[in-house]
Amino acid sequence: MANCCEDAQRDVHVYLDGEMAVEARTVIAVHLDECSCCCEAFDFEIRLRRVVARCCREEAPDTLRIRVVEAISARAEFR
Amino acid sequence: MGLMSSLYSAAVRMTRNPADAEDLVQETYLRAYRGYEGFEAGTNLKAWMYRILTNAYLNDYRKKQRRPAETHLGEVEDLYLYRRLGPAAGRLGRSVEDELAGLFVDHEVKQAVEDLPDHYRIPILLADVEGFAYKEIAEILDVPIGTVMSRLHRGRKQLQKQLYSFAERRRLLPDEEPAVVGSEAADED
Repeated sequence: MANCCEDAQRDVHVYLDGEMAVEARTVIAVHLDECSCCCEAFDFEIRLRRVVARCCREEAPDTLRIRVVEAISARAEFR
Repeated sequence: MGLMSSLYSAAVRMTRNPADAEDLVQETYLRAYRGYEGFEAGTNLKAWMYRILTNAYLNDYRKKQRRPAETHLGEVEDLYLYRRLGPAAGRLGRSVEDELAGLFVDHEVKQAVEDLPDHYRIPILLADVEGFAYKEIAEILDVPIGTVMSRLHRGRKQLQKQLYSFAERRRLLPDEEPAVVGSEAADED
């Protein structure tokens, strides 16, 4: 594996997190532009993150909203 | 998604139990209402609410639980899943997205996240589900940014290993050697 591929793949998550310094970020962006293998690997990680995020989201039940409002109102009355 | 649903989502993955998650969210709102840990105007309300939620979970809820020892899967290489699934997806002539959708069932993904130990699971929920920056996660968890980074790094690898073991268990994968990913590997073709 070429060194630039190794470097890019080691930093894939920091890059996708948007937490890299501009210079380092640019080096990876340039590499991705020319390396289809790394591009595919990065794409895989992005899609995997989307799957994980989607599966972890839940809608709060209406009963919870009502409970919370009632609990806060009850506390407010003691003030 | 509203703030309560966001908090509830994290609470369900933390407690692994919808009823306990509801109690945790209610406790979070009550503490916020009482001005727990002092909210300062101009700071991030969502991050502050997550800080309260996380503290309520770790300091109160978690201490009451008797849970089996958390498993550590040892060292895991980078791009663990891609090396096993990505190239196979390409050879089958299917897009990576189709392949991912076919390989993982929602409840298995939830299970894989819930199987992670707290110190990996919580940073992953904050980063990958809620989109908090490293600095915000460091403040929510009261740890240095370097700790956030290393926990995310190791936690994501463990998550991939767990997802792979679920997929493997369902015998959906072809028996393949892990592929080498990189331009030299491509050059050999």
